[in-house]
Amino acid sequence: MSLDVVRVRGDFPILSREINGHPLVYLDSANTSQKPRQVLEAMQDHLERHNGNVSRSVHTLGTESTEAYEGARAKVAAFIGATNPDEVVFTKNSTEAINLVAWTAGQFLALGPGDEIVVSEMEHHSNLVPWQLLCERTGATLRWFGVTDEGRLDLTALADVVNERTKLVSVVHMSNILGTINDPSPIVARAREVGALVMLDCSQSVPHFSVDVAELGVDFIAFTGHKMLGPTGIGVLWGKAALLDRMPPFLAGGSTIETVTMGGTTFAPPPARFEGGTPPITAAIGLGAAVDYLKAVGMDAVHRHEQEITAYALKALADVEGVRIFGPASPEGRGGTVSFGVDGVHPHDVGQILDDLGVEVRVGHHCARPVCTRFGVPAMTRASFYLYTTTDEIDALARGLEQVRRVFA
Amino acid sequence: MIDQLYQDIILDHYKHPHGRGLRDEFAGEAHHVNPTCGDEITIRVASDLSDISYDGQGCSISQASASVLFELLKGRTADEAGVIHEKFVELMQSRGTIEPDEDVLGDGIAFAGVAKYPARVKCALLPWMAFKDAAARAGVSVNPEVSA
Repeated sequence: MSLDVVRVRGDFPILSREINGHPLVYLDSANTSQKPRQVLEAMQDHLERHNGNVSRSVHTLGTESTEAYEGARAKVAAFIGATNPDEVVFTKNSTEAINLVAWTAGQFLALGPGDEIVVSEMEHHSNLVPWQLLCERTGATLRWFGVTDEGRLDLTALADVVNERTKLVSVVHMSNILGTINDPSPIVARAREVGALVMLDCSQSVPHFSVDVAELGVDFIAFTGHKMLGPTGIGVLWGKAALLDRMPPFLAGGSTIETVTMGGTTFAPPPARFEGGTPPITAAIGLGAAVDYLKAVGMDAVHRHEQEITAYALKALADVEGVRIFGPASPEGRGGTVSFGVDGVHPHDVGQILDDLGVEVRVGHHCARPVCTRFGVPAMTRASFYLYTTTDEIDALARGLEQVRRVFA
Repeated sequence: MIDQLYQDIILDHYKHPHGRGLRDEFAGEAHHVNPTCGDEITIRVASDLSDISYDGQGCSISQASASVLFELLKGRTADEAGVIHEKFVELMQSRGTIEPDEDVLGDGIAFAGVAKYPARVKCALLPWMAFKDAAARAGVSVNPEVSA
C-alpha cells in the first residue's frame, strides 16, 4: 500500500493556511504533529453528543463516555501489539509516563546505594532528568551510553555499563534530535542476563513506524498523543501487567482506589491505580481516532513515505553550501528528523528567516542539551517530517537556507 | 518585515562585534543564560564604567545587542548609563510602538524592529539584564527598576 500524500494533506485543514504570505511548510512534526479532520471531528462529536464522566456514572452519557474512553485504550493497545488493554495507562504525556515509572521505581525496585540506572547521552531531557532525580533520592548511580560521531548509540561498553548492579535501563527508541533509530535488542539481551528492566522512550517512534511491544521484548514504553496526530494532554505508559501490578500509585486520588477508610486505603488494579482524577477523556478519544487514521493509512506506508522524504532531504541539505548535518547521513537506521547547522549563522536566525518564508522548523537544544554538547554546538536547527510532508516542502527548505546564507553573507 | 529585524547595523555588530572579549580589570561580573535557547553571555563592568567587557554565544540579535551595549554604556556616568538602559528596555518592551531616539540610543535604534518579534525580545535584552547585575555587583546603580 503506498501513500497518496495529496489525499492525506486534504485531511489536514491547517496545511492550507499561509504564513507571512507564503504557503505553510510545516517541518516541525517531531515537536508536535498536525491533526486531521477525523481526529477533530471525533472529539467534537464526543463533546456534542456523549459527554459525561467516566467509570462512575450509571447514566447513559457516562456509560457512553466510559465505552469511548476504554475503547480508545483498546485501540492504542492493539496499535502497539499489546494483547491486554489494561497494560495501557493513560498519562498527560511521555514525560509523565516516564516520571510514573521513575517515581515509583525507588519503591518497587527497592533501590539504594550500589544499584545502577542506565540511560544514554542521546536522551530527551524527559528521559534523563527523572532518572537523575531518582538516583539523587535513592543513592543509586546513574550511568549512560555515549554517542558516536555518526550519531549512533555507542554500545561498545554494553557489558560493563549494564551489569549485575543495573536495575533498570531506559533509552530512546528514535532520537528527537539526531533522528537515529536505535535497535534495542542488544540492550534487552544484556539486561535479561543481569535481571534489569528495560524502558523505551517511543515518543518519536510510535508515531512514525510500526512498534510492537512483544517483538521489542521491553518492559515499559512511553509515548505521547500529540506527536501522532492526536491532541495534546494525552500520553501513554505501556507496561507489562506483572510489573504494573507490583507498582505503587503515583498520583493517587479518585479512581485509583479500591477501598478507602480514614485509617488507610487499598488501591485498584492497573491501569486505574495510575489514573488519578478525571482523566483527559476527550483527548483519549482523539488519540483513539488518530490511531484509526494511522491504521487506515498503514504504518508501513507512513514509514516508507518518510524514508523517501528523508533520503530526499538529506541530499537537498547536503547540496546547500555551509550546511552540516548532525546524525546519520543516510536514511538507513534513521527516521524523518534531520538536525543541521548553517556555517556562521545561529539556529535562531536560521529559524527566523525560514519562518519569514513560511517554513516552520525548530531551533534550539531540542530538550537534548547533552547531544548539542556532544557535537560541540550550543543549538541546532531541526526539520522533521511526517506522512503529509512533500518533496516540494523540502525544496522550499533548501531555498530558504539559500536565503539565510544571503542575509548573513 | 524580516528586513526590519535583520538591519545592516545589527548584522554588522554581529559579524564585527565591538569590545568583545573578557578583560581582567573589572569590579563586577554576571553570567546570564536564556534556558530556552541556550544563548549565554558573561559581562564584566569596571566600577566607574571605564570598561565593559563581555563574551558569549548566541544568535545575531543577542550578540549584536552586547556589542551595541558596549558602545553605548562604556565610559558613561552611572546616571547616563541608567537613562540609556531604561530607554533601551522600554524600546524592547514596546512591541514596536515607540519611535526610538537616536541621540540617546545610537545604533540601538536598529533594535526597534526586534521589538515586533516577541520571541526575540529576550535575545536582545539578555546582555542588558546581565549588565545590570554586573553593574550592581560593581557598586554601580543603573536603576530605575526594569523587568525582562
